[in-house]
Amino acid sequence: MAADTRTLGPKGWGAGGTLSGLDALELAERPRSRARGVWSVMWPKLAAVGIALLVWQIAVWLEWKPSYALPGPARVLDELALRAQHSELWDGILITARRAAMGYGFSLALGVTLGLAVARIKVLRVAIGSMITALQTMPSIAWFPLAILLFQMSEQAIFFVVVLGAAPSIANGVIAGIDYLPPLFLRAGRNLGARGFKLYWYIIAPAALPSFVSGLKQGWAFSWRSLMAGELIIVGLGKTSIGGQLTFAREFGDAPGVIAIMIVILTFGLLVDFVFGKADRAIRSRWGLIDPATS
Amino acid sequence: MTLLESAQSVTADAVTLSGVTKVFGRGGAAVLALDGLSLDVKRGEFVCLVGASGCGKSTLLNLVAGLDRPTSGRIALGQDRAPTLMFQDPALFPWLSVASNVELPLKLLGVPKPERRRRVAELLELVHLGEFAKRQPHELSGGMRQRVALARTLGQDSPMLLMDEPFGALDAMTRDLLHDELERIWQARELTILFVTHNVREAARLADRIVLLSSRPGRIIYETGVHIPRPRRIDSPEVATLAADITDRLRKEVGRHGR
Repeated sequence: MAADTRTLGPKGWGAGGTLSGLDALELAERPRSRARGVWSVMWPKLAAVGIALLVWQIAVWLEWKPSYALPGPARVLDELALRAQHSELWDGILITARRAAMGYGFSLALGVTLGLAVARIKVLRVAIGSMITALQTMPSIAWFPLAILLFQMSEQAIFFVVVLGAAPSIANGVIAGIDYLPPLFLRAGRNLGARGFKLYWYIIAPAALPSFVSGLKQGWAFSWRSLMAGELIIVGLGKTSIGGQLTFAREFGDAPGVIAIMIVILTFGLLVDFVFGKADRAIRSRWGLIDPATS
Repeated sequence: MTLLESAQSVTADAVTLSGVTKVFGRGGAAVLALDGLSLDVKRGEFVCLVGASGCGKSTLLNLVAGLDRPTSGRIALGQDRAPTLMFQDPALFPWLSVASNVELPLKLLGVPKPERRRRVAELLELVHLGEFAKRQPHELSGGMRQRVALARTLGQDSPMLLMDEPFGALDAMTRDLLHDELERIWQARELTILFVTHNVREAARLADRIVLLSSRPGRIIYETGVHIPRPRRIDSPEVATLAADITDRLRKEVGRHGR
């Protein structure tokens, strides 16, 4: 056997050619069309909205409840369009969004600090670690009686409950991210010369990011629920928040108003969820945690 | 103490191990992983450590890499730069692109950005992965990932590489090609390589010298120079003959534990 199967590359005898051939064989191309992707994501959602509207309309046609209690979709959408022309709705959205941002922002700072401390310091882990998980099982609305006693019917009471809802989830995300860090990453990072702060910045933080973002997402869900509960209970603080407007609409027996505001709340929640979901997916697919064939 | 010694003696040795012993655990549960191991590796030498499971091969590399300390004995490096370690798992960071993975150690060393870019491109060309610079690691095959890991390791510019079964998880064809690559890079860069494997043929294909370790505790039981001219082929008769001889010795050693 005199023939050598090695290809002769530019560097004399090299395996470059064969290697490239092997690489090309191993990497199958996956074609995908963007337009089809958008449509395949959109149609189930549009169908769901359509079905919900249909069921609602059928209930109205069958006169399941009197129309002053359950108005039809057309009536509600009119009401929504009417409210959208007045600044009250937009001011309300602004107030609610500001509360959400402040409460969530503070929860973020507190949750990250707490999470890092618990993950790093053994004594804290024993003392606080399980408490954080226990806090999460507490329905946020159950905090309000205490919050009202502590802070009266005030912004602070709402803020207090929002933070109690969101911070534990965010802290747990940080803790889980650091706890389940693959030891190989640490070993490789040290071997590459990352020590101390650099190890945290270049290795631990990015490795923990997917778990952290899950915590952020869950934290948002908790804080949004807490905020709505708070706004329904604590009303009449100057201008009216979205939750406050919902309470007023119910007190005036304004059924179209109630449902119109509910649609606003739902839309707001969906929009924020969409942003979190997008970030979560982007990170997971970049980290290679999602099989591209199923996404 | 090891630093002082390396400064004093400018020898032809890349690393000198004398009487290195490593014990894990204490008391009754203590395990003697390495027992008074002495070994000199010359500059530019390619040494393969061969042994069955539990012979402390990985322990030895961790000690030389400075990731762990010996219980007793001395390890003297012939250069100031710490050797770099490469594992069986490519251990690429999934959040970084191929290029950024190779760039990270350079960044940690404080190499300025324009030079980093130039060197990353050079390193990726060296392992024939230039066109995959912007991919994410999970988009590559196992063999390609291991080549990225090799580029990343070489980027640290250490004159000595410690390789812990780096090709153990690859298919035979990819492994053969990577042997060629490694041999080429080792010669071009005049590296010193300490290469751990349980694959005897791989050792005969690559090594200037093969060191056979016993299991529990790890001791050197046999050493031989390999004088088969390069470039070698893993399926050449000379390599096969040498591999057969070493396999026999290894079997004898493993059989000793069966009794």
